[in-house]
Amino acid sequence: MREFDYRRADDVTGAVALLGADPDARYLGGGTNLVDLMKTGVERPARLVDVRSLPLDRIEPAADGGLRIGATVTNSDLAAHPVVRERYPALTQAVLAGASGQLRNMATVGGNLLQRTRCGYFADVTKPCNKRAPGSGCPAVGGEHRNHAVLGASEHCVAVHPSDMGVALTAFDATVAYETTDGPGELPLADFYLPVGDTPHRETALPPGALITYVTLPPARLAARSRYRKVRERASYAFAIGSVAAALEVSDGVVCDARLAFGAVASRPWRARLAERVLTGAPATAEYFAAAADAELAAARPLPGNGYKVTLLRNLVVAVLSELAEEATR
Amino acid sequence: MTTATSRATTTGAVGTAHSRVEGRDKVTGAARYAGEIPFAGLAHGRLVLSTVARGRIVSVESGPVLDMPGVLAVLHHGNAPRLETGYVGMLGVPPDPTAAVFQDDRVPHAGWPVALVVAETSEQAREAAEALTVTYEREPHDIAFSAGRSDARPADGHMPASTEKGDLDAELAASAHVVDEEYVTPEEHHAMMEPHAATALWDGGRLEVVDSNQGTTWVADELVRMFSLDASAVRVRSDHVGGGFGSKGLRAHQVSAVMAATELRRPVRVVLTRRQMFSLTGYRSPTAQRVRLGAGPDGRLRALDHRSLNQTSTVWEFVEPAAGVGRTLYDAPAHRTENQVVRLNVPSPTWMRAPGEAPGSFAMEAALDELAERCGVDPIELRLRNEPELGPVSGLPFAGRNLAACFREGARRFGWASRDPRPGVRREGHLLLGTGTAAASFPAGAMPSTAAVTAEADGTFTVRISAADIGTGARTALALVAADALRVPAGRVRVHIGDSDFGPAMIAGGSMGTRSWAWAVTAAAGELRDRLVPGGTVPPEGITVRSDTTAAVGALAQKERHSYGAQFAEVAVDVATGEVRVRRMLGIFAAGRIVNPLTARSQLIGGMTWGISMALHEEAVRDSASGDLYGGDLASYHVASHADVPAVEADWVDDHDPDDPVGIKGIGEVGIVGAAAAVANAVWHATGVRHRRLPIRPDRVLEAGGPRV
Repeated sequence: MREFDYRRADDVTGAVALLGADPDARYLGGGTNLVDLMKTGVERPARLVDVRSLPLDRIEPAADGGLRIGATVTNSDLAAHPVVRERYPALTQAVLAGASGQLRNMATVGGNLLQRTRCGYFADVTKPCNKRAPGSGCPAVGGEHRNHAVLGASEHCVAVHPSDMGVALTAFDATVAYETTDGPGELPLADFYLPVGDTPHRETALPPGALITYVTLPPARLAARSRYRKVRERASYAFAIGSVAAALEVSDGVVCDARLAFGAVASRPWRARLAERVLTGAPATAEYFAAAADAELAAARPLPGNGYKVTLLRNLVVAVLSELAEEATR
Repeated sequence: MTTATSRATTTGAVGTAHSRVEGRDKVTGAARYAGEIPFAGLAHGRLVLSTVARGRIVSVESGPVLDMPGVLAVLHHGNAPRLETGYVGMLGVPPDPTAAVFQDDRVPHAGWPVALVVAETSEQAREAAEALTVTYEREPHDIAFSAGRSDARPADGHMPASTEKGDLDAELAASAHVVDEEYVTPEEHHAMMEPHAATALWDGGRLEVVDSNQGTTWVADELVRMFSLDASAVRVRSDHVGGGFGSKGLRAHQVSAVMAATELRRPVRVVLTRRQMFSLTGYRSPTAQRVRLGAGPDGRLRALDHRSLNQTSTVWEFVEPAAGVGRTLYDAPAHRTENQVVRLNVPSPTWMRAPGEAPGSFAMEAALDELAERCGVDPIELRLRNEPELGPVSGLPFAGRNLAACFREGARRFGWASRDPRPGVRREGHLLLGTGTAAASFPAGAMPSTAAVTAEADGTFTVRISAADIGTGARTALALVAADALRVPAGRVRVHIGDSDFGPAMIAGGSMGTRSWAWAVTAAAGELRDRLVPGGTVPPEGITVRSDTTAAVGALAQKERHSYGAQFAEVAVDVATGEVRVRRMLGIFAAGRIVNPLTARSQLIGGMTWGISMALHEEAVRDSASGDLYGGDLASYHVASHADVPAVEADWVDDHDPDDPVGIKGIGEVGIVGAAAAVANAVWHATGVRHRRLPIRPDRVLEAGGPRV
C-alpha cells in the first residue's frame, strides 16, 4: 500500500490551509468513492484532509427563503430533512434512489458533487482513459459505452456523471459555495462542471485547493411539486442509465413554469433549458411534453451502443411530466 | 429396493427444520474463513496478471520490486518450480493450466497469472505487485464469440458431443407447427461472496493448505499430483466456505501459495481480489443456441433439434453442455442434440451452478413456450403431453419422474387455471403484466465417499467426513442423517468436515454432495449402531466405524435419475423505460427426500434468485480492443439486489429415491434451471415480445418495443 499523510481538520480555514495548493492532496468526506479509488489505484493522493468533523453538517433556512445545506451533511440526513421532503421532494427522491443505506449514511453532499464517473475504463488502471491519464485515449467511444453520454460529450471522453442528487440540485438552480486560501467564492451548479472538450480530466470550475462548504437552494414554489425518476438495470444499488428531475406548475391546463434536468446522459447533471422553454406557456399535454423532450434531445449524439438513451429520456420526460400535470389538476 | 429407507425415518431428524449448527458462529463473526485465520510468521502473496490478451512475456523486472519494503520474493515463469500437469484428476479432467502457474512465457488471455509477489504484509505485496513491470510481445487476440464460427467443433466434455435419432428433416417437414429460433446467453460469473483464499505451510514434512474450497480431498489430490508429492504428505482444510457454485477447486492462489511457502519456508497466504476472480476462477461461458421444434397440431413433438456453442480458452477445454437438457427431458421421433466449443483468447470457463441445464433450459423452455403459443396449447399442457416413458436418448427407465406432479401443484398454487393466454393485454397503470412457466430438471447421482463415525465415551457421536459446507447447510444435514441412522437425537451428534485427512469423499458439486456423503455417513453409523451393545460401555478412545460406498454406489442400476421442478413467474414490464421486475415466483420441486426443509428451501430460493438474476441482470462484458473484461467488479457485474427479489416461494412434492439409503436426490442446482425461461416467458406474456437474448435489459426492452400503455 502506498503510504499517505492523513490530517483531520477542525475548521474550514484550517482545512483549506492543510490542503494548501498541493495537487496530490484530497479532501476526505464520507470516503465512499475516494477510498474505493485509492484501493484500485485510480487515486493515489499523498495527503488526505479529513473534513468530516467540520461544522458544515447543518441544513438551515437561508435568508431568501431557500435552504443552505452544509457540505458534510450526509445523504441520509439530507433525504430525511423535513424541509427538503416538503419543499424539494425530488431531491429526497434522488438521494434515496442512490447507493445503499450504509453508503448514504457515510456519503456527504460535497463529496457527492465531486464523485467520479463509474466508466469501467476510468476504473481500470490497466486501460487507457483521458480522464484518468490525459492523452491516453478513450476506449469507450469504440468500445463499451452502453451507459455513456449522449449529450455534451466529445471524442476525448464520453463518461457520464453518476450523481442522482446532483440532477435534482441542478433542476432547482443550486449554488455551490466554497472556501479557498484566498477567501470564499460561489459557483452556480450550472457552471460548476466544465465542458468536456479535450480536457476531460478537468472536471469542475473550482479553484485549486477549494473546499465546498455549502450548497444553497433558492426558494422555488414549484419545487414543492417535483419528482425524480431513475431508471437502472436492477431495482436497487445501481447507477442510473437515465433519470429525470422535474417540477411543473400548471394553471388552466397551461404550463406556467417548469424545471427539468437529466441524469446519466452527460459528463454533468444536464439542465434541460431548451425543453423548459418549449414547456413554458404550452398546454400541459403529453404531446407538448414529448415536443419539449425532443427539443432538448435534438442535440443528442448517441454512439452505436447507447441510442436507447434518447428514447428512454423522451419517454421519461413524458411520463414524469404527465404525472406531475395530473397531480396539478387534482 | 433397499430396506434402508424405512430405517432412516425412525427418529425423524431428517425432514424436520433445523437451523444451521454453525449459524451462530457465522452471524457473530466467530466462524473464521480461510483469509482470516492467523498464522505465526505469515507472508502474503499477491498475483500479478497479464495486461495483454495474447502474446509472450519478454521480461519480468523483479529487481526494483525486490528492493521495495518487505518484499521477500517474486515468482514467475523464469524461476518457478516445474509442475506436473499431464494427469487426469478426481473429476475426470486434466488440470486447467490457469492454476498451474508460471510454467512458460505464453499469455493465452487477459488476466493470466504471470507472477506472484510475496511480502511481509499484504499491503506491501499489493504495492509491489502493482509496481512490477512485466513486458510483453503482444500478438493479435480473438475473443469474438458468436454463432456460426467456422472454427466451432463438436466437443464431449462430460457427455457425448452429439446424439441423433430419426429423420429430422422429414419430421420437421411433416410438423403442423415449427419453432426455429436462436437463443443467446452471456458470460456469467459465480460472484460468490467470499473470495478465493489459501494459506500454505510446511509442518513436520507435511504440506498444509488452509483454503476455501468445494472438496478438500479433491484439492489435496490435485496438489499431490501437480507437485509430485506423496499422497500422505498433503493435508487440505476448508472449514467455512462463503459460496462456491463450481468455482472453488484448484486455482492459481493455492498453487502459487504452495510454491512460495516451499521457496520461503514459511506460511504464505494468497487471496484473490474480486477483479482477479473474474479471470482466474472460471465462469459460465456465453452460449449461442439454436432450437428447432416440430409438433403435430396437438403439440406432440415430432422433431427436436438443439445445438449449442460455447467458448473455451486456448489452454483448457470446458463444454457448457446446454444441448444436453433435451436428452432426458423431452422425446421426439426425430431427436438431435449437439454441443460445440470454440477456442478463444478468453479465460477458461468452468462448472457454474447447473452447467448446461441453466442456459440450455432457457433456450429449450422458451422455445417450448413459443411452440405452445403456435399450437394454441397451454404451456403446461404442452409439457404434460410430451412426458416421455423412457429416457429419450438412453432408452432407460426413469427412477421417479415427478415433473407432472410439480406442474399440477404449482399451477394450483400459482393460480394458473385463470390465466388468459393472450400476450400484451394485462395493464396496471403504466405497467404490462404477464406470467410464465418452465420445467426444470437436473441429474441426481451419487459418488463414492468415505466416512468415519465414532461413538464417544460420553454418549455423544462424532462424524468425520471430508465434505464441504459451501453455504448449503451440509454440516447440519449430515448431523440429521447421522442422528437418524444412529437413532439418537441430533444434539448428540457433532460433525467434522472440510479436512482431507478424513479420507476421500465427493465434492460439494453436481448436486451430489449431500446424497453421496449421507450415504457414507448412513453406512458407517448404521454399522456402528449394530456394534454398540445396549447398556455396554464405550472405551475412552471411543468406537469408530469407517465406511466406503464405492461398491454400493457402483452397484446402482443404470436409470434416468433426475430431480425435477416447475417454475412460475409473474413480471411487470414498464415499456416506456424498459424496466422488468419480477413480482412473484413459485417453484415446486421433486428432488428426493428433503433432509432439512429450512436450509433446503433457502437453497432452492437461492437457485430461483439466480434465475431472476440470469434473466434480467447478469452479464460480463468483454472489451474487444483489450480482450479484457469491462467492469470486472460487483458494481458493474450486476447480480440481483434484494429489491429485485420479490416474494419467492419454493416448495416440493413428495418424492423419494428408492435406490438411495436416505431417499435423497439433490437440490443444489435444480432451483436455477428453468427459472430464467419462466421469467422470459412471462415477459412475452406481458408484452407480446420474445426476448431470446439474456439478460432482458431495459435497453433491449426499449428497442424491442411493445404495446404502449
